[in-house]
Amino acid sequence: MNVDTAVEAARQPHPAPALVEVDQAARYFDVSPPFLSRLLARAPRTILKAVDGVSFDILRGETLGLVGESGCGKSTMARLLVGLYRLTRGSIRIEGQPVEILATPQGRALRRRVQMIFQDPYASLNPQWRVGRIIAEPLTLHGVEIASDSSGHGASENRRVYDAARIREHVDELLNQVGLSTADRSKYPHQFSGGQRQRISIARALATQPDFLVCDEPTSALDVSVQAQVLNLMKDLQEKLGLTYLFISHNLAVVRHVADRVGVMYCGRIVELAPRAHVFAMPRHPYTRMLLDAIPDLEMTGKSRVPVAGEVPNPLNPPSGCSFHPRCPHANERCRHEIPELKGFGMDFSVVACHAVEERRI
Amino acid sequence: MTLPLLEIRHLRVEFPSRRGTLLALDDISLTIGPGEVLGVVGESGAGKSLTGAAIIGLLEPPGRVTRGEILLSGRRIDNLSDEAMRPIRGREIGAIFQDPLTSLNPLYTIGRQLVETIQTHLRLNSNQARLRAIELLSSTGIPAAADRIDHYPHQFSGGMRQRVVIALALAAAPKLVVADEPTTALDVSIQAQIISLLKRLCREQGTAVMLITHDMGVIAETADRVAVMYAGRIVEMGPVAEVIHRPCHPYTVGLMGSIPSMQNDAKRLTQIDGAMPRLTQIPSGCAFHPRCPKAFAPCSVARPELMPAGVSLAACWLVEGSVAASPMPKAAGR
Repeated sequence: MNVDTAVEAARQPHPAPALVEVDQAARYFDVSPPFLSRLLARAPRTILKAVDGVSFDILRGETLGLVGESGCGKSTMARLLVGLYRLTRGSIRIEGQPVEILATPQGRALRRRVQMIFQDPYASLNPQWRVGRIIAEPLTLHGVEIASDSSGHGASENRRVYDAARIREHVDELLNQVGLSTADRSKYPHQFSGGQRQRISIARALATQPDFLVCDEPTSALDVSVQAQVLNLMKDLQEKLGLTYLFISHNLAVVRHVADRVGVMYCGRIVELAPRAHVFAMPRHPYTRMLLDAIPDLEMTGKSRVPVAGEVPNPLNPPSGCSFHPRCPHANERCRHEIPELKGFGMDFSVVACHAVEERRI
Repeated sequence: MTLPLLEIRHLRVEFPSRRGTLLALDDISLTIGPGEVLGVVGESGAGKSLTGAAIIGLLEPPGRVTRGEILLSGRRIDNLSDEAMRPIRGREIGAIFQDPLTSLNPLYTIGRQLVETIQTHLRLNSNQARLRAIELLSSTGIPAAADRIDHYPHQFSGGMRQRVVIALALAAAPKLVVADEPTTALDVSIQAQIISLLKRLCREQGTAVMLITHDMGVIAETADRVAVMYAGRIVEMGPVAEVIHRPCHPYTVGLMGSIPSMQNDAKRLTQIDGAMPRLTQIPSGCAFHPRCPKAFAPCSVARPELMPAGVSLAACWLVEGSVAASPMPKAAGR
């Protein structure tokens, strides 16, 4: 098996068509000081490479987890996928359609099928609107689908109605689906706890019967017992509605619980992408190993672990070559100069961007 | 048993408000021995941070201690005036807070802040204090401490700032450090560094730590004993391994089950339905009874006290021996 087919195989462990295809996606931000200051200081423009050449596919019905520490580009990736940011280069296609059309009138049908759940349930709901209105808003824009058969997904030619009674009915259904009561429709967001608010966000995201949900740290603001409720709900909904998730989190244990495959990001790139079992049982990339070592584990009472030295580099001035090399115990001269590409090794569907792994040094 | 370093007896903290008095902490009793690390866990609103704030005398008004007492090395400190509390705070009890950015003054160099703290509590001239500050900074693992001492907080990363905060807390070699969510704002890899640093420094100095966090993993790795809080009360307290592997109180059982594990492959997490009650609506009897899968008649009527359950203490009517309803002494021994 040559390298290219291995990469291909890693991206598509099953022959099922990918719902989302991300190819060399990049997003740069110009964070330069104002023109005059720059001129006086004779400083060049400052470019922040938040996401720098990321490729992956998400298959229909699976959950792809993205993990990484703050500033690694996880959230930028999420926003790229729903069209909230424009790509600097590369491409993202959802069901074969470029993500750029989301911002155009032609993207209306696609927009309905891609939804997002945000981290902070306090900031993502309009405090002046009642819950009923919050959940109904996407429906007043996109209408309620009258499906002839119950598996109405993907049947875009189904009739859509915008009638108020129908929308109301659908809102009630959604509230029940996420474990809230229909009476909650007339309350305001402040009357709910964090976990309940996140349920409202989920109901709003589900309103238009999407196929693909981008979840950016959906449980990070919640307490563990409430997090368990929300994670269970999301799993149930996925099973029931056949949803596809991109699940972003900094919490490896949570990602291990929900994801089918896991991508590990560092400094705007994916350093390892593999089925869940491989990432957690046989991590290949030194950064993945370090992250796994760093989790305080309930089972390790009394034992101490070796914390890895160093910090996440400044994204404005990332290290040359492999951006992990200053912290990596296996770095050599090549790592300092040459950026490693994601490559597949062996028959397990993992891809790793590491010279040391490629050269079989580790 | 040696004299506990810190002893809290039947502490009650109230917040008078227009709509009646909120009972934020209700009958908290615990002890911390010299050099011991006591973990305090609970979900938001359980009263963890308030317990810490009460100890250092930093309760935000109108919150106040209305019953019970706090003793540091046998001396009562909860009724001291601000003036009398000041030399204790910093000298005998150090504090580390969650957000390393807001715990440092952005207008002063970290050296100035350290020297000020050192000179407040120790009789050193400015040169000696500066040397001590550099020494402290290098002991917290800040590279090139002698140069970085003149930098401002914004020139440090989050992890480095938290190291500075730890250096500040330990500047006067206190006997007790109250660490309130010291690693919550940090990334996992930095969190691991900070925890092992805190552990090492406290072991070296023999400092006792009250480690307040919502992260059971951090507790598992750091603490000797752990107290689990719910709705302003301690529901279970005991040695860490015991509470984690053999929790007694149904809330602790639920809490442990809801944490996604790195080992087992449960398809669903155990969930505790409902949410922690608001302080205005704390249920009668055991505050957990409306959410408790094992609740029975007495739970909604009478509040269970902390009673021995194996080697731990648990406040639950299901715990063996509690049917006799004999209130046990609540000062938690080892």
